[in-house]
Amino acid sequence: MSGLIITALVFLVFIVIYQIAKAGEYANILKGEEKVQQQTNKLMAWLMVIVFFLGMWGIYKCHVDMMDKMLPIPASDHGVQYENMLLITVILTGIVFFITHFLLFYFIYRYQATGKRTAFFYPHNNRLEILWTTIPALALVVLVVVGLRNWMIMTEASPENSMKVEIVGKQFNWIIRYPGKDGVFGKTDYTKINDADNILGLDWNDPASKDDIVVQNGEMHLATNVPVHLIIKSRDVIHDVGLPHFRMKMDAVPGIITTMWFTPTISTDKMKEITNDPDFVYEIACDQLCGKGHYSMRGTVIVERSKGDMAAWLAQQQPYYSLVHTDAPAENAAPATDSTATAALSMK
Amino acid sequence: MANEATIGNVQEAHLPVEHAHDAHGDHGGHHHHEQHFIQKWIFSLDHKIIARQYLITGIIWAIIGALFSVFFRLQLGFPDTPHPIMETFLGHWAKGGRLTPEFYYALVTMHGTILIFFVLTAGLSGTFSNLLLPLQLGARDMASPFMNMLSYWIFFVSSVIMFISLFVQTGPAAGGWTTYPPLSALREASLGSGVGMDLWLVSMALFVVSQLLAGLNYISTILNMRTKGMKMTRMPLTTWSLLFTSILGVLSFPVLLSGFVLLLFDRHAGTSFYLSEIFIGGKALSHIGGSAILYQHLFWFLGHPEVYIVILPSMGIVSEVLSTHGRKPIFGYLAMVISFIGITTLAFLVWAHHMFVTGMSPFLGSIFVLLTLLIAIPSAIKVFNWLTTIWRGNLKFTVPMMFALGFVSIFISGGLTGIFVGNSALDIHVHDTYFIIAHFHLVMGVAAFMGMFAGVYHWFPKMFGRYMNNTLGYIHFFLTFIGAYLIFWPMHYEGLAGMPRRYYDYSAWKSFAQFNDLNAFISVVAIVVFFAQLMFVFNFFVSIFKGRRVNNLNPWHATTLEWTTPTLVPGHGNWEGDIPEVYRWPYDYKDDGNGNDFIPQNVPLKEGEESH
Repeated sequence: MSGLIITALVFLVFIVIYQIAKAGEYANILKGEEKVQQQTNKLMAWLMVIVFFLGMWGIYKCHVDMMDKMLPIPASDHGVQYENMLLITVILTGIVFFITHFLLFYFIYRYQATGKRTAFFYPHNNRLEILWTTIPALALVVLVVVGLRNWMIMTEASPENSMKVEIVGKQFNWIIRYPGKDGVFGKTDYTKINDADNILGLDWNDPASKDDIVVQNGEMHLATNVPVHLIIKSRDVIHDVGLPHFRMKMDAVPGIITTMWFTPTISTDKMKEITNDPDFVYEIACDQLCGKGHYSMRGTVIVERSKGDMAAWLAQQQPYYSLVHTDAPAENAAPATDSTATAALSMK
Repeated sequence: MANEATIGNVQEAHLPVEHAHDAHGDHGGHHHHEQHFIQKWIFSLDHKIIARQYLITGIIWAIIGALFSVFFRLQLGFPDTPHPIMETFLGHWAKGGRLTPEFYYALVTMHGTILIFFVLTAGLSGTFSNLLLPLQLGARDMASPFMNMLSYWIFFVSSVIMFISLFVQTGPAAGGWTTYPPLSALREASLGSGVGMDLWLVSMALFVVSQLLAGLNYISTILNMRTKGMKMTRMPLTTWSLLFTSILGVLSFPVLLSGFVLLLFDRHAGTSFYLSEIFIGGKALSHIGGSAILYQHLFWFLGHPEVYIVILPSMGIVSEVLSTHGRKPIFGYLAMVISFIGITTLAFLVWAHHMFVTGMSPFLGSIFVLLTLLIAIPSAIKVFNWLTTIWRGNLKFTVPMMFALGFVSIFISGGLTGIFVGNSALDIHVHDTYFIIAHFHLVMGVAAFMGMFAGVYHWFPKMFGRYMNNTLGYIHFFLTFIGAYLIFWPMHYEGLAGMPRRYYDYSAWKSFAQFNDLNAFISVVAIVVFFAQLMFVFNFFVSIFKGRRVNNLNPWHATTLEWTTPTLVPGHGNWEGDIPEVYRWPYDYKDDGNGNDFIPQNVPLKEGEESH
């Protein structure tokens, strides 16, 4: 009801403004259209000048207010390259933005029709056209070179020593798998998927699957300064592994395996100190619309302080096989020693 | 309107057009007899009536699409507050004033579909192609008035189907305006992938048909129906922009249609074009071997040219308006045409920049980076030419001029961020975040609307013989211009902080919840801007009947042919008596020797005067 009243009121306001304005316009004609047009010109030119200065102040204010809400420093090697490239692009485009906007608003003020001015007949000038074809082209060459260099680095094959982790998206959470002691992921088959006891469709006939570790709460553990090679899959629709703190992202597409690699450089604990926030956590955000629960498809990343810590965490995890086959003997009964766990890390 | 009484018999008025070039002295459009209401106003063959039909249908859709954005902005800005008004409009989708996630996604999807296709494609190029092409070329109507009428009515049927889909039990399509499978292909994946999705596909298929009929007609009109002396190089830039818009549509819409047909097969015929190895709804599907990415290639092969289909007409309108109201020829006419050609060509070669993070070959990605960033060059040429056009002009700040100037500003702001997202390495982090939302809303949403508004205010006298109200127009401009920046500028920061788009609620996220206040601020501004648009709609409809009358055949002192008709609002046939002959280029804003600062295109060259 209140909505209706507000709408009615708004329309009433429209009608009132319209009637007053219309009366005003007819009165203006009596005053002389030329003169009124000049007054309006002057008013609009000044309003645009005010808009320009308010806009510039707004940009400054927005920047000041937003900066403390931004992400902390990038937590991966690729992230650092990303930020550098971002800075170069912001500076180059920023220069263009301020020059063109200054000219636009200056011309608006300077060349307003006053009744005395005549426009300068200036239909073309090929030298100018060549000038502003070449300058943007040169600026773009810089950006393309920087961009492609980083793109090559970010998408090249992952280093030999990288840790392989599988992440699988489903409506609406993430499942993470580690290859276990043998360093080999067991085979999977989507027709074997079963939400009760085989969420990834592991093929139990493949011995490599028996020691695979499956993390069901969407918490991915990585180690500081150990490159990670993510194997990305989806069970149902397209999802996307978004890692804002690491400035990385890759789609998870059903039927297709995608990959992405980076090296985490700041542990979760270290980041808690940097951000001065004891609750800090790296998040995995689904970045591709995947259905009604898309907005709640949240995972987390824990970056361990070292390879050793990572190995220790892995050693505590029970293989999925023994979790779902409680009657079968546990595969991973052996106590965790650093040597076995490190082997799991450096598998190839 | 009294002028409409001069509408001629459609058949006869149209026939002489075919001889317009050789039989210049024909007297078409001269038949004064009444037509039946339905023939005159509804199933009309007159391009000017069809233009008005497109415009008014577009306005109705724009109100619906914008209202949807108000609903989801309420949810985004105030996720914890119930909004009874939403229950009033949406019923069980917002019980107790709380929007369901399913319908939130339906609203987002329909907002995109409606605004991009129904408003900024059909409403924008449909309106101005129909209104301007014959009038600016000196033709009595389109090459095929019947096909033209058909294209509108197929669009109308498509609109009706889309409108019906809003009311089906499982809700309208909810997979985003891009409707990526498998989400859109499988009923089990989402409520919106039920019958709502089928209606969406059928509606869009009809829409494509309508756009193809329209586009082919526009192209044939431009190539064949120019009056004597109207060389291609004497066409106004609006006509040029509409030509390239049509070429883009005709070449890329069929690819989209094929994508949709395959999707329908996957949904109902058991094929596996897009589906492979899927476990959903508790069972493994039998589909194997398809590729979900194939759909994205087919979709974006139109999807990217589509953004140029949306923006090119506005570029043309703005060029025209800046020149006319700046009393100065457009700077670099030829460079403007060449840059249109550049943009049109490149538009077909950049689609995969929407897919940098789909896992496609990095090498292919780098090719698309190169081609994408090349588009910045013709765009930059255009911006500098516009700036030079107003340099040392005699700028008259009429309402259309304000919107044209606003367009230039918004286009620069939105265009520059394209350099960020077109560069694959930078795209990775901001892909599918609010940075993208900010980028494309500015560059193809708000900018296209700015151009459209400039066009509506500028050609309103031609359509209805009256002016729109200026005061409301100025208020509309400042609220829209400032509002657009207040809404979209801060979104760049949200995007750089990684805040994903298409989220129903951010409260549970450690990395994004700090933007709650900002989201509320954006929502409030969005609602204000929404009411500013309603004010425009109000102004539009009231001015049709109550606006100040135009008592001048050429109120803006423009040079192009549409202002040379013997009556301000011409009947069918456009020129009673002879159609005009063209002697000069469209931007002769210079002293004519009689105290005027412009020379219309149909004025013969003076002795010793050189044609441009």
